[in-house]
Amino acid sequence: MSYRAPEYAARFNIVKNRKKFYLTSLIILVLGLLSMLTLGLNLGVDFKAGTRLDLYIGKEFEAADVEAIIKKHLPDTNFTAVTPYGNFQAYTRFDQTIPADKLNEIQQDLAAKYGDQVTRQESTVDPIIAQELMRKAGIAILLAAVGIGIYVAVRFQYLVGIACVVALLHDVFIPIALFSLFRLEVDLTFIAAILTIVGYSLNDTIVIFDRIRENMRTMKHKTVEDLEHLVNLSLWQTMRRSVFTVLTVLVTALAIVLLGSEGIRNFSLALIFGLVSGSYSSIFIAAQVWVSLKEREMKKKRFAPEPKKE
Amino acid sequence: MVKWSRLFLFVIVVGVLAVLMTTTTGKVANNITLGLDLKGGFEILYTVEPLNEGQKVNLELLKATAEMVEKRVNIGGVTEPEVNVEMPDRIRVRIASQDADQTKLRELIGKPAVLTFRDKDGNILMSGSDLEPGGAAVGYDQLQRPLVTVKFSDSKLLEKVTREHLGEPMGIYLDDTLQTNPVIQSVITEGSAQITGNYTQEEAQELADLLNSGAMPAKLVEKQVTSVGATLGTMSLQKTLNAGYVGGALIFLFMLVVYRLPGFVANITLASFIYLSLLFLDWMDATLTLPGIAGFILGIGMAVDANIITYERIQEEIRAGKTILSAYRAGEKRSLVTILDAQITTLIAAAVLFYFGTSSIQGFALITVLTTILSIFTNVFFARALLGLLIRTNLFNKPFWFGVKESEISEL
Repeated sequence: MSYRAPEYAARFNIVKNRKKFYLTSLIILVLGLLSMLTLGLNLGVDFKAGTRLDLYIGKEFEAADVEAIIKKHLPDTNFTAVTPYGNFQAYTRFDQTIPADKLNEIQQDLAAKYGDQVTRQESTVDPIIAQELMRKAGIAILLAAVGIGIYVAVRFQYLVGIACVVALLHDVFIPIALFSLFRLEVDLTFIAAILTIVGYSLNDTIVIFDRIRENMRTMKHKTVEDLEHLVNLSLWQTMRRSVFTVLTVLVTALAIVLLGSEGIRNFSLALIFGLVSGSYSSIFIAAQVWVSLKEREMKKKRFAPEPKKE
Repeated sequence: MVKWSRLFLFVIVVGVLAVLMTTTTGKVANNITLGLDLKGGFEILYTVEPLNEGQKVNLELLKATAEMVEKRVNIGGVTEPEVNVEMPDRIRVRIASQDADQTKLRELIGKPAVLTFRDKDGNILMSGSDLEPGGAAVGYDQLQRPLVTVKFSDSKLLEKVTREHLGEPMGIYLDDTLQTNPVIQSVITEGSAQITGNYTQEEAQELADLLNSGAMPAKLVEKQVTSVGATLGTMSLQKTLNAGYVGGALIFLFMLVVYRLPGFVANITLASFIYLSLLFLDWMDATLTLPGIAGFILGIGMAVDANIITYERIQEEIRAGKTILSAYRAGEKRSLVTILDAQITTLIAAAVLFYFGTSSIQGFALITVLTTILSIFTNVFFARALLGLLIRTNLFNKPFWFGVKESEISEL
């Protein structure tokens, strides 16, 4: 496992190719935006009025039979196809709130057909509360961005703060866009995942800026070329760490997706999208945005009139 | 020269930890309160509305109502309900019990329990607030059928009312349901009345308790009921834990292969980290939910990151031609700022989450904060102390032990 950062840095200059990475992200973001505007998000029952019903049947069953029982009790209500999952379990979602006594009747009929081990799990949310939850989550994300932006601006430099916030918004939007594109259900744990991604992606970004700051103490960075070389080297010096760390977290998140319970599967999926886009953005967006901003600042200074001497 | 005493110390420390962990982990883990998504149970969210126009919904009223809700749940025989006031006008009730009768509890909580005595035209003559505190009790009629006796605090009032309405029926209403409609046979002077109505012993006791606890000070409107079947809960827990074991095992293997000796130390500190986190969860009486477990697994990932940052740095220094000990010192020093900066940003994000999030998100944030702080101790300071101890034994002076090939080391 031979690894020497300068060799890799010479082989591929990330900073010189940054326009390509900007373009890649732009394409994904535009696609995501289009999908958001046309398809919107597949909001879970957390976000709209309705009832989600999880059933544990406990033995072999036909989805159609379960649907027939539900239809018998709720002839006028629309519900999604009964979807079996896991260990003799199934779920469906009603587009309106179902009173508990109706659900009790359904469960009783199911118990009569399949036995007393039948249990159910229902979630019902009032739309007012759901809207409030969404608003609160949005505010929380914005506040987190502001707080972290300020911290980074103080610890490093205000241009780093801007670069971090750009990368952060990028990482928040990519999982949302992908969930919209793939029609995955967005529930409350999705927000928890997004907020984890916020912390995690910044963690990643900061490790890189930390190295850039350290290198700036020993390497020259007066010209655009020097600066680009410095950032490129810093990126390659931290590359192994970036890749290894994201791999370990990805492994746990993948384990949850493949083996974990249905309830947090979407959470882990959001986490995976966010982790990948987070480590991508730290290397290929955050540091590059900073280089672009820094170079603009350098050019401005160069052409600015010399301050007159008294 | 090999310093065996240091190796001995290392073995002692690790040995004590191993014994402690293997003997107590099971007990600690069993003590942790599981959330209702794991244990089964239900959550009801109420909005509080004023009873009449003059009443204002403020913190005081919310607290009084929440207290009443808790009393009601206790009447239903459920211990340790979690009743929280949420501004501006919410009360959230969480009951993590598989045996609780949801329908009955919802009925109990939802009942305003306003007792009124009305004349034949429906005018209210007396109400529950005229009762003596604790004045309701279970009694029996001549046929030994249970009934509820109520004592008035002011016997004069009852005397006056019964005198004025002698020979007329007086309806006793609980909320808007007529319980009994006795005809006033005589003027009652001793200040107590009876409510009859085909009660079972249990129902009579419940009604007496309800009257003693008092009327709900405000109107409760059920907004959201989330119920979780225990079977689903247990299965979810087992699956998520299994996923955690697999993920953890893969991380342990990875650390060992890539970083060798430091990786071995990292695995020891990771195990201590997991153990300590469980211990703190137990001490804090925190409730562990599914998102919490996910946050926990994520916390492990972050702890691993702290080690990876340090060890990568040490490897770099070794490649640059430093001796093992000075590479360890330099790597340790230079990576500390990076790790702290990274951890503090995570803490900021988690704190914001905790402050603005709702129940399950808060659980997630709490565990993220806890694990982040703990991981600084276990996977930064403790890990470094252990690794320093091992390096100073002079047994592991070869770059091999740190995952670095001799050929990679540049000449100074």
